[in-house]
Amino acid sequence: MNEIYKTDALIAEDIDQYLETHQHKTMLRFITCGSVDDGKSTLIGRLLYDSKMIFEDQLATLEADSKRVGTQGEAIDFALLVDGLAAEREQGITIDVAYRFFATEKRKFIVADTPGHEQYTRNMVTGASTADLAVILVDARKGILTQTRRHSYLAHLIGIRHIVLAVNKMDLVGYDPAVFDRIVADYRDFAQSIGIADFTPVPISGLAGDNITTRSDNTPWYDGPVLLEHLEAVELNQTAEQLKPFRMPVQWVNRPNLDFRGFAGTIATGQVKVGDDVRVLPSGKTTKISRIVTMDGDLDMAVAGQAVTLCFADEIDCSRGQVITAAKKPVEVADQFEATVIWMEDDDMVPGRAYWLKIGPQTVSAVVAQPKYQINVNTMEHLACKTLDLNGIGVATLTTDREIPFEPYTESRDLGGFILIDKMTNRTVGAGLLNFALRRAQNIHWQATDISREHHAAMKNQKPLVLWMTGLSGSGKSTIANLVEKKLARMNRHTFLLDGDNVRHGLNKDLGFTEADRVENIRRVGEVARLMADAGLIVITAFISPFRSERDMVRGMLPAGEFVEVFVDTPLEEAEKRDVKGLYAKARAGELKNFTGIDSPYEAPDAPEIRIDTTRMSPEEAADMIIAKLIP
Amino acid sequence: MHVTNLTHLQRLEAEAIHIMREVVTQADKPVMLYSVGKDSAVMLHLAKKAFYPAPPPFPLLHVDTTWKFRDMYALRDKAARKAGMQLLVHQNPDAVRQGINPFDHGGLHTDMWKTEGLKQALDLHGFDAAFGGARRDEEKSRAKERIFSFRTASHRWDPKNQRPELWRTYNARKNKGESMRVFPLSNWTELDIWQYIHLENIEIVPLYYADERPTVTRDGLLLMVDDDRFALADGEEPVMRSIRFRTLGCYPLTGAVESTAKTLPEIIQEMLLTTTSERQGRAIDHDQAASMEKKKQEGYF
Repeated sequence: MNEIYKTDALIAEDIDQYLETHQHKTMLRFITCGSVDDGKSTLIGRLLYDSKMIFEDQLATLEADSKRVGTQGEAIDFALLVDGLAAEREQGITIDVAYRFFATEKRKFIVADTPGHEQYTRNMVTGASTADLAVILVDARKGILTQTRRHSYLAHLIGIRHIVLAVNKMDLVGYDPAVFDRIVADYRDFAQSIGIADFTPVPISGLAGDNITTRSDNTPWYDGPVLLEHLEAVELNQTAEQLKPFRMPVQWVNRPNLDFRGFAGTIATGQVKVGDDVRVLPSGKTTKISRIVTMDGDLDMAVAGQAVTLCFADEIDCSRGQVITAAKKPVEVADQFEATVIWMEDDDMVPGRAYWLKIGPQTVSAVVAQPKYQINVNTMEHLACKTLDLNGIGVATLTTDREIPFEPYTESRDLGGFILIDKMTNRTVGAGLLNFALRRAQNIHWQATDISREHHAAMKNQKPLVLWMTGLSGSGKSTIANLVEKKLARMNRHTFLLDGDNVRHGLNKDLGFTEADRVENIRRVGEVARLMADAGLIVITAFISPFRSERDMVRGMLPAGEFVEVFVDTPLEEAEKRDVKGLYAKARAGELKNFTGIDSPYEAPDAPEIRIDTTRMSPEEAADMIIAKLIP
Repeated sequence: MHVTNLTHLQRLEAEAIHIMREVVTQADKPVMLYSVGKDSAVMLHLAKKAFYPAPPPFPLLHVDTTWKFRDMYALRDKAARKAGMQLLVHQNPDAVRQGINPFDHGGLHTDMWKTEGLKQALDLHGFDAAFGGARRDEEKSRAKERIFSFRTASHRWDPKNQRPELWRTYNARKNKGESMRVFPLSNWTELDIWQYIHLENIEIVPLYYADERPTVTRDGLLLMVDDDRFALADGEEPVMRSIRFRTLGCYPLTGAVESTAKTLPEIIQEMLLTTTSERQGRAIDHDQAASMEKKKQEGYF
């Protein structure tokens, strides 16, 4: 063992000196990528084993397991050390990201052990998102494979700056330098084609231990660094981040009493000193840093990666999600972007649907348009697509409901990386990278008109409303809507009825009944209803509108209180029994696809303003009840 | 420009602080699980740092089995008082009534006091996010758990259905009844914990330091006789030995090690030169293969 691990003697002789050394170690996070047979788990197992991170009891378990289920005969199967969950052990594959820890004399390491199969792309992206470096494993006998290209592409996409090409199992090709050189040359061609400027190739054997901690006698022709040597020397992201302009997203406003107001957050990039001029975005207000507060005493200066609390010289507004930046080098603010989206959910992405977008501590509502293209992660080809399915990666326009401070992902992971959250299930369904702001949104300004919506409403002597009827086909929406409109007309109210079937003959005749088309149908109707409400009208709509997300989207388009959701609640059996248009019969016969209630879901409202139980109420009674609620 | 290389402990500290701040802004009613062990001590210390000069904006919760060492109860009350935080103590009333104890009831002891007790306490107070001091280096199934670990309304963990967790962007959104367990020390190792305690002068239970204590050996474990509830078997006689604990649980379930380490550097020295892993001293993990994963699915922290 060389000087990479000399700890034992020092620990025994001078523990204080050892602690002093250990205390000043830096930390490198890396991922290992490879497919099942590339020897990834064996390599990690060996790294842990060599750094004495494996204790005797674990070793005893390992030895027993090796004999029972191992693949190395009587020898120790290092792979078993790192294959965690019971189900995974049975299947012999690594399903999820597992984090491992070891340390050398210079650094502590966190290894994200990520699965190799294409169906686990999202897991690999998760592991890669915090990594400084990627070790791409290649089996010397097989050379560059499809998955090598995929892993390299993903590592590069997620912004990993240091790539190690570990050509493994050199023992099985007789440590032949020609094999190594050919693989390196192949990889260089590919790497350059996807924009990887540099990488470090190392010939290794995880099983035999060549060139991992010590230089191997089996590869006298190799003069590059051994694996751990390189991992100890490579520049950390944390170091590179400090050289960029100062940015700190605010996580939490600390206000324990009237005398103290501090802004807590983790510095994303750059450095900050007391007295620095800063600008808060999106408000654009400027001030100076008066204090950098920590429990261990005030600091003069803080750098990227530190979690601190900043105080301002002036009382300016600043809250969670806003970004404190260098005054002279602020970040951009925008609400429309080109983004690369990685879909991570079993259900396909729904273009046009509003998702929560979380970028650092900031959460906004966002809509992803139909992708411009999807990337085939095996061939890097751009393919036309309507949406993204699980593990799909595509480029699309993304629109947020308000302006957000951001930076391109290549500049800052914190200010350019986002996750998408489903508004109903709250699951993280996607992740993405902001590439750049689209200027279009900024150049089309809202035309201010002299006659305001209040003026329109005042002339009609009424409060504009959108009365949104939702329910199954045949529930009675149109019948009730029609009665409501007649009654309102009799009361001299200015109304307009937008009917689902009618709109599909004109405005929306280009749309079908897929989930994406249904979303777009409702979006257009919502926009039309909003324009009519702006004109002062009481708008009545009768659409199945099966998804909560889209009803909530329309609700969000209107001022508070102007959207009235009316749930026309008719059980499926009842609607099917009525079957006024004969549609249920067709759907049951398989002649109509995507029919709500049959082979497409209906998401009932959680808390509608008005609920109509049509099994207990005639349409006439229902209409009267609605009027009574609207005009008390 | 001058570059400051943060040490690994500075980065781990910053990560934990970031996580805690995310929780208090995203959760409706967070709580910190406090077991009085060394990891809890570090977690509490980090919480004080995260919100300084304000006190941590959540209470401490001790899910008590009534079978902790006496030294632990003493430090628990003192630490909460010093942090200016409310301390909630929950004892499963069913376990109290049935007199569940580690001597007669084996696995049921852990199940009722800890697993059920924890679920009861969280439901009782309506906590929707609970900090725990678990670390990924402790055990295989923990190595794969997210920092923000989602639990169903019945507190179950589904290892195959974890939310992707990218960068330091954490999604703590959930529906009513669902909750999060959050592990700010996920990326710390046992050595990191000890070194941090040393550097930051964090007070820990004296049982971590070696001293002469009454002991018996049973099933390969070295057990300390902490009070007269310890039922001695025929022929068993407590013997004074210089021992300490690497991990502290319920006293009859936690094995001690023979040691003379009376200072933190000596403890760390011993730990680094030792050849058994930390959880070896806990009877709970030896029940069956993959036992922790199973317990976690059922709601054990």
